[in-house]
Amino acid sequence: MASPNVRRHGNLIMVNGTKMSSLCHRICYRWSSLRITGLVFSSKQETKVLPKASYSLRSWSGFNTHPCLLTQKLWRLENPNLNSSAADSPPSKEDGTARFTESSILLNTNQNLGKTEPSRLAIDVQPVALDDAPHPSLFEEISEEEALRIEASPPLPPTSFTLRDYVDQSETLTKLVLLGMDLSKLKMRPNVANMLLRLDFDRDIKGRLLFLKDVGVDDQLLGAFLTRNPFILTEDIENLQMRIQYLQSKKFSKEAISRMVSRAPYLLNFSVERLDNRLGFYQKELGLNVQKTRDLVTRLPRLLTGSLEPVKENLKVCRIELGFRENEIQHMVTNVPKLLLASKKKVTRLFDYLHNTMGIPHHLITKFPQVFNGKFLRIKDRHLFLEHLGRAQYDPTQPNYISLDKLVATPDDVFCVEIAKGTLLDFEAFQKTL
Amino acid sequence: MVVCLQADKMVRLKWPLFQTLRGVFAVYKPPGIHWKRLRDTVETKLLKELNSLEQRVPRQQIRFLPSFTEGENGVETSLTVAQLPVLADHPRVKGPKFVGLKVGAGHRLDLRSSGVLVLGVGNGNQQLVHLHDRHLTKEYNIQGSFGTATEDFSDTGRLIERTTYDHITLERLERIIAVIQGIHQRALLTYSGIDLKSQEAYELASRGLLRPMHKSPPIITAIRCVHFSPPNFTLAIQCLHETQQYLRKVIHEIGLELKSSAVCTHVRRTRDGIFTVEDALVRTRWDLHSIQAAIQDSRSKVNATLGATVTSQGKTCPLGSKARRGGAGVQDPHQWGRMHTVHGF
Repeated sequence: MASPNVRRHGNLIMVNGTKMSSLCHRICYRWSSLRITGLVFSSKQETKVLPKASYSLRSWSGFNTHPCLLTQKLWRLENPNLNSSAADSPPSKEDGTARFTESSILLNTNQNLGKTEPSRLAIDVQPVALDDAPHPSLFEEISEEEALRIEASPPLPPTSFTLRDYVDQSETLTKLVLLGMDLSKLKMRPNVANMLLRLDFDRDIKGRLLFLKDVGVDDQLLGAFLTRNPFILTEDIENLQMRIQYLQSKKFSKEAISRMVSRAPYLLNFSVERLDNRLGFYQKELGLNVQKTRDLVTRLPRLLTGSLEPVKENLKVCRIELGFRENEIQHMVTNVPKLLLASKKKVTRLFDYLHNTMGIPHHLITKFPQVFNGKFLRIKDRHLFLEHLGRAQYDPTQPNYISLDKLVATPDDVFCVEIAKGTLLDFEAFQKTL
Repeated sequence: MVVCLQADKMVRLKWPLFQTLRGVFAVYKPPGIHWKRLRDTVETKLLKELNSLEQRVPRQQIRFLPSFTEGENGVETSLTVAQLPVLADHPRVKGPKFVGLKVGAGHRLDLRSSGVLVLGVGNGNQQLVHLHDRHLTKEYNIQGSFGTATEDFSDTGRLIERTTYDHITLERLERIIAVIQGIHQRALLTYSGIDLKSQEAYELASRGLLRPMHKSPPIITAIRCVHFSPPNFTLAIQCLHETQQYLRKVIHEIGLELKSSAVCTHVRRTRDGIFTVEDALVRTRWDLHSIQAAIQDSRSKVNATLGATVTSQGKTCPLGSKARRGGAGVQDPHQWGRMHTVHGF
């Protein structure tokens, strides 16, 4: 490392030419200060933390400290305000720490902090020829500028269970939290945290967020979106645009697309063929026309992101076990798409109770498919209460008819007073006799 | 770096909420739900409410941020003081404060039965243990129906035989019931572990405080018929150390004794020790406020039963195994009068 730096300094000196002696002095100790950082780190082998001014010889995935340090130095040299008088020099102890973290400031200003976070377990620290370097004294003076930039924070732990340890120092994570992303939920998924720390806000995340905004995802929902699907931050923007274009070619309106993307965050991670397959499947299986398929998928975009096996099972159950006809199934599914994704057992149990115990025929259930949204115990309690009061009348032709949607959807007190003509206390007392 | 899975540690609740959320309360278990699922539901609901009430104030930190101001000689750097919240304390980074709550269940109820289920929160779990050691009786309402016999003694099991039941009358049923009670009373005397010829035994038996204070097979202390309209009938049973399947078997045996057959259609617990159906919370009332109120109401009863004052830490100091003749004077408020000689706790 000695030679490239010296060479570099040599070039700079040649470039500028004015105030050479002071420049020399500054440059020399700048170079030596970098040395000190290196030395400090090499003596503390156990920390395993990568020095923030990473050695310029290190080859890292795309990141090169060379230009950063270089530009930094150029700026410093041009700034005529550099002042390194002995009177202003901070006390020696601070110097030591200053040196330690000084190089971090270099990168701070370049906003590359997120990238330099320790993200590798095994640190392959290049065996730099540090022993050759002279040990500069800690009493070296530094300019006031540099003193002001010192931000002495405790070193980051190399491994951690949560992102709490890194969130204050990392700009990426800070901005994500302020956007509304929930990092506590993400710690349960181990790959996500590592991936997030490797990202850089300006380069990776900003572009994709703007893209999502263009698609129409609401700002408030952005946080929830990212919490559900953080992997969108590593998807190729061209691919994302291609998929949006595909959806537009299928004549989904802009609001529809934005709705679908907001409600099914994984949608844009799917390739075009997969989306095509799924749309084709729903059109074929349910026998719906194009517009109705579009509406169905817009209402429940999870149909496109989930597996198709449970949907096939549910359709089979509806046809064979429950005995619904095709047009009945079509009607129910267009009104309550959740039927396709509901649990097979629960649907069967509910239908069994409705049809066999309550005696409701198929055509009435088809007319009110929202009963499948209701909870089984609730419907059971209410039916038994009505039966106890003698008001369990579900046949529309008879007087005092109670429609199924009112049975299921009204809250308890409304149900008790208006439909059952009783009180809430009666209902609770009755529930305790079941 | 490796980010591993680790659940947050259970956090101590704040003192005022903590005080009200310690104790035992009863819920009404609906039929068809496993008792463990019920316990989990209660715990989840309580945690959700506690987390929503919790207001986290993040720590503040003082940061000196470099700022660039236009000066005479060019751009100057200076430091500005800023007080920023520490983001590591933000709820979106740290997660919810309460992650687990110790909710324990008392005497269990199986899947098909319903009724009073006693739960304990926090310190109340210890009280549950002490209540169990008191060996208090439980009351059940059991509905049966004559004419069929099944494999698992209930109406949903595989059918084994069908019989007639026209010959069964209330008088015959009551005779059989009295026989059963006699058998169990003898068992009670055996298992209570005292010398039958002693004065102590006589006094306890006459006061109705005789109970087995250690593990024993199921003992029925009292049984009577509350409803009889063939083929259906309902019995009210007071028992100890029972399981719901045992009670179904009792119904089956009653059918056999009456030279017919019977199955049990429903088992419902109406009382578990000192908790009755009136104290039990219905499904719609499983929220923080109602549970706190229920704990408050039951506190005096529990303290009276356990026979000690609750110390300031909420610990109870029961009389322990020395109080073999339990009850310490607590009489059964649900005595059935002169029909039975041994009754109550």
